Amino acid sequence: MIKVNRNGEVWVFAEQHAGKLEDTPLELMGRARTLADTLGVQVGAVLLGHNIDGLAQKLILFGADKIYLVNQEELKDYQTTSYTKTLCELIEKHEPQIVIYGATVTGRDLAPRIASAMKAGLTADCTDLRIGEHKINKTGERHENLLLQIRPAFGGNIIATIINYDRWPQMATVREGVMVMPLADTSRVGEIVHEKVTLTAEDLPLEILEELKTERKVNLKAANIIVAGGAGVGSRDNFQNIWDLANCLGGAVGATRAAIDLGYIDNDHQIGQTGTTVRPKLYIAAGISGAIQHQAGMDESQKIIAINTDPEAPIFGYAHYKIVGDLNTVIPLMIKAIREKV
Amino acid sequence: MPYNCVVLVKQVPDTKQISGKVMKDDGTVNRAALPAIFNPEDLNALELALQIKDKFGGTVTAVTMGLPTAANVLRQSLFRGADDAVLITDRRCAASDTLATSYILSCAVKKLDYDIVLCGRQAIDGDTAQVGPQLAEKLGIPQISYVETLKDIEDTELTVRRSIGNGHQVVRCKLPVLLTVLDTANEPRVNAAKQMMKHKKALTPIEIQQKAKFELPEADDAALGAKAEEITETLTKTDSVIKQWNLDDIEADLTWCGVSGSPTKVNRIQSVVLAAKEIRDVAPTEKDITDLIHEMIEDNTIA
Repeated sequence: MIKVNRNGEVWVFAEQHAGKLEDTPLELMGRARTLADTLGVQVGAVLLGHNIDGLAQKLILFGADKIYLVNQEELKDYQTTSYTKTLCELIEKHEPQIVIYGATVTGRDLAPRIASAMKAGLTADCTDLRIGEHKINKTGERHENLLLQIRPAFGGNIIATIINYDRWPQMATVREGVMVMPLADTSRVGEIVHEKVTLTAEDLPLEILEELKTERKVNLKAANIIVAGGAGVGSRDNFQNIWDLANCLGGAVGATRAAIDLGYIDNDHQIGQTGTTVRPKLYIAAGISGAIQHQAGMDESQKIIAINTDPEAPIFGYAHYKIVGDLNTVIPLMIKAIREKV
Repeated sequence: MPYNCVVLVKQVPDTKQISGKVMKDDGTVNRAALPAIFNPEDLNALELALQIKDKFGGTVTAVTMGLPTAANVLRQSLFRGADDAVLITDRRCAASDTLATSYILSCAVKKLDYDIVLCGRQAIDGDTAQVGPQLAEKLGIPQISYVETLKDIEDTELTVRRSIGNGHQVVRCKLPVLLTVLDTANEPRVNAAKQMMKHKKALTPIEIQQKAKFELPEADDAALGAKAEEITETLTKTDSVIKQWNLDDIEADLTWCGVSGSPTKVNRIQSVVLAAKEIRDVAPTEKDITDLIHEMIEDNTIA
């Protein structure tokens, strides 16, 4: 761990694969900026890889003041051990007060390993980060300007705010898609700090024999309209209704974990706590009872229309329009109304 | 060649069973009212370990940290085919965060003989996925998280396919290694009748004492001790005494356990209470639905 360093920067792990930045570090940049401005410190982005110099400028435009760039061949492919060693060395040298990571597969693989090596705290899958204070009731001791690490827990049934006041850096992973990506500001300037690290064969224990990255077929995050189906749709055939309505609206198709588990649709479409978080203009939920795990991924939608045969379904607790009825009748009526008008 | 696998398992409240019945009046969850289950992805980790044993030989040891009642997941591990089981239970473990938990587990795992350490990717009560990687770091061994399939083990090298979110990787690594296993990795086996018969009475030392007391409610300490010893002796014949270790047994440094070993602290907890929004009823009739759609087109929600 490092000492409590009130002048420390706010860092974002700038995850990249094959020379392409992931969306998450860019999403995190906006919040890192707000946190750093509140604390009166700078935003640093840590960029590891090989032949990635071009990415540094992009991170500056999205809000970074400083880029810690480690450009080495051994870092070309992500490996837990080599990336952990590099980040630990940088953290010990520059003593940032906060380090945040995207809760991607890589972020969730790397951050705990770093936390363990540094004996520092880490909170997983945060949905919100703020600056605030912590009071210890027993002693009356107060700690100000701490990172409030806010996350759902217990299957999404509680929201916990976690802090770490003594074993720094304060670290958190943040769920993909929950922070709004800032706009690039072409007038921004920043500094690039070149760093080097000594890595041995022991730091690269994996041999990567094959890698296949599939572009996400579905872009739920960018969709203005989403039509989503749950277990209540009843079958893969009935799910065609969801597809038809989405096509007719120019929207994307979403699904709950339950619908995916039942094999109605593949998991690229998952919305909710363990899937994508969305905030479209219109969200049509069909045959979705509305468990809290699903709500967590969509309740910031501007308008929610819920169709369910059960008038007591929890989704009616947070929808704006309630249609109690069979989606196999309601959806064709919707399609008909749209076709007639548009 | 045979391999020794250590599987970390956890007993968790079944967070999927949350309904009105388990909510307290203030809208918070009454955890005690939820059934305690075997963490789902830990079953996949156990299954993978058992498949390794079936194919290559070796042993499978299930380890858990928890209350004395967590022995249930160890019994279930034995019923499925684990050879040995270890319960780490100690009041001084209370309030451990993931860092302290991984430290305590590492002290226990270091007492065991292992080539491969396995755990589920994450537990459904916390969903953090942190303990596996933290444990690997404390053991000083490489980790491979999000494992989908074990492709092969050749001599001292293991090859697995892991998920990278949108895609996959095939990686090879020298043993020893820690794997965190996804729920899509396999279909966990059910209890094996033979193993169940053999271990159906498996107990931890705490449970043996409780059983002695139950059988001889009026007896003095000496008689209880003798009874407990007798039960232990019978159970030992079928390898059915579950090992029970406290923090002293695993030589843990108390600074890194429980509250003092946990850098993360809870600042506040809020219950998610479904707040009713203003909701408009729309009848499932052609007229109402057409009106709704027209309204959405007019206010530009639908372009």
